[in-house]
Amino acid sequence: MNLTLNVWRQKGPHDKGGFVKYEMTDINHHMSFLEMMDVLNEQLVKKGEEPVHFDHDCREGICGSCAMHIDGRPHGPMQGTATCQLHMRVFKDGDTITVEPWRAKAFPVIKDLVVDRSAFDRIIQAGGYVSVNTGGVPDANEIPVPKKIADEAFNAATCISCGACVAACKNASAMLFVAAKVSQLALLPQGKVERKNRVEKMVAQMDAEGFGNCTNTQACSVECPKEISQDFIAMMNREYITAKFTSDNV
Amino acid sequence: MSWLTQTFTSSIGRKFLTALTGLFLIFFLVGHVTGNLLLFKPDEGRAFNEYTAFMTGNLGIMIVRYLLYAAIIAHVLITLMLAYHNRKARPVPYKAAKPSPHVTWSARNMGILGTLVLVFIVIHMSNFWYSLKWGMVPTINYQEGGDIKNLYAVVRDSFSSLPYTLFYVVMMVFLAFHLYHGFQSAFQTLGWRHKKYWPIIRNVSLWFSIIVPFVFALMPLYIYFFRNIN
Repeated sequence: MNLTLNVWRQKGPHDKGGFVKYEMTDINHHMSFLEMMDVLNEQLVKKGEEPVHFDHDCREGICGSCAMHIDGRPHGPMQGTATCQLHMRVFKDGDTITVEPWRAKAFPVIKDLVVDRSAFDRIIQAGGYVSVNTGGVPDANEIPVPKKIADEAFNAATCISCGACVAACKNASAMLFVAAKVSQLALLPQGKVERKNRVEKMVAQMDAEGFGNCTNTQACSVECPKEISQDFIAMMNREYITAKFTSDNV
Repeated sequence: MSWLTQTFTSSIGRKFLTALTGLFLIFFLVGHVTGNLLLFKPDEGRAFNEYTAFMTGNLGIMIVRYLLYAAIIAHVLITLMLAYHNRKARPVPYKAAKPSPHVTWSARNMGILGTLVLVFIVIHMSNFWYSLKWGMVPTINYQEGGDIKNLYAVVRDSFSSLPYTLFYVVMMVFLAFHLYHGFQSAFQTLGWRHKKYWPIIRNVSLWFSIIVPFVFALMPLYIYFFRNIN
């Protein structure tokens, strides 16, 4: 299949950047989107041009590195799919595909399609963990966790921190990401000890990073490659307000 | 910053206030639409005028009324602040942005819908509320209780005009879309989401946003077509 790519090129964080058109010929239907980008880069390297920079790692939909706004939607037109799992067969011969980086103040562009997602790391550092002090490795199943709770926590834990929720939200809000991380730990007995401090600190960090506010459009859940539910945002709202009114932090 | 200020200046806290004030306004709409059903009573506005006199002369209702003004102002100011932050959160827009499937049109356009509803409230209040409070509303005497203000006459005068009647009907469509998202969104923000109740909330949200604006829109239409003084 033949395609026209309209790719965002930006030399560095302070460059103005712009779109560059590339004509792609004889693209295999079975390629993933990233493999197609590899083909483009091979051609660019052969011509002595700078290849298109993009994040990628596992290429099997679990690491959350690949982050591209493809054809007007984060991770492209397929639901529940990361860019690496998106295949060229979903496009038609002759299509023009616009490829952009995530757009958010909290995700500044580093180069081309690569954005700095360390704002997410800082939110996790603020409280997205369970403190484990010294001691031996606890025995498996030492703390009983009901299957239903474990499953629900796992649903939240499937978040791969790719940032598609921020990219999809018309307000560039990170609520789904933070909600998934807060809920995952608040559900489990191990996480309950620090639950109030955690949600207060993580939400404060989320606000400080300059993400927008949630207006409940639910676009984030639709575009999330792991299809994380809106239930977790409601859960985080409950967690936050309860924590604010009952924690010891004055 | 005290913990309380911190709570209500955070993103979730502001949303929480938006939801609470929004729900209060929704409760008000129920009262407003129920009371105004008296406009349909074919008694030349007597019941409606007596209801107006009761509503303006009661201390309890006066307190609720001031709470209502405060709720409207708070709802507008907080959402303006949120909208300002949201704008700043994405300085460079996408070149190609397609709406995600299952995302409703009203959810994506709450800002513009809310602004239109606000414009409507200002015009609506300047016509009826302002004239009732400060303007010259004719009085009428039904013998019991002496002279009372004849707001019905102002209502009938206003809806004798076709453009004004149509303006109200169109504005109720915008209100319907604003309510459709706002109603369920308030519950989501308050965290009242459960697989048992969420489908009920969504259904009530749909029917509320259809029925209330529809009944409101019937009022100017009824007066224009059946109680027109021209």
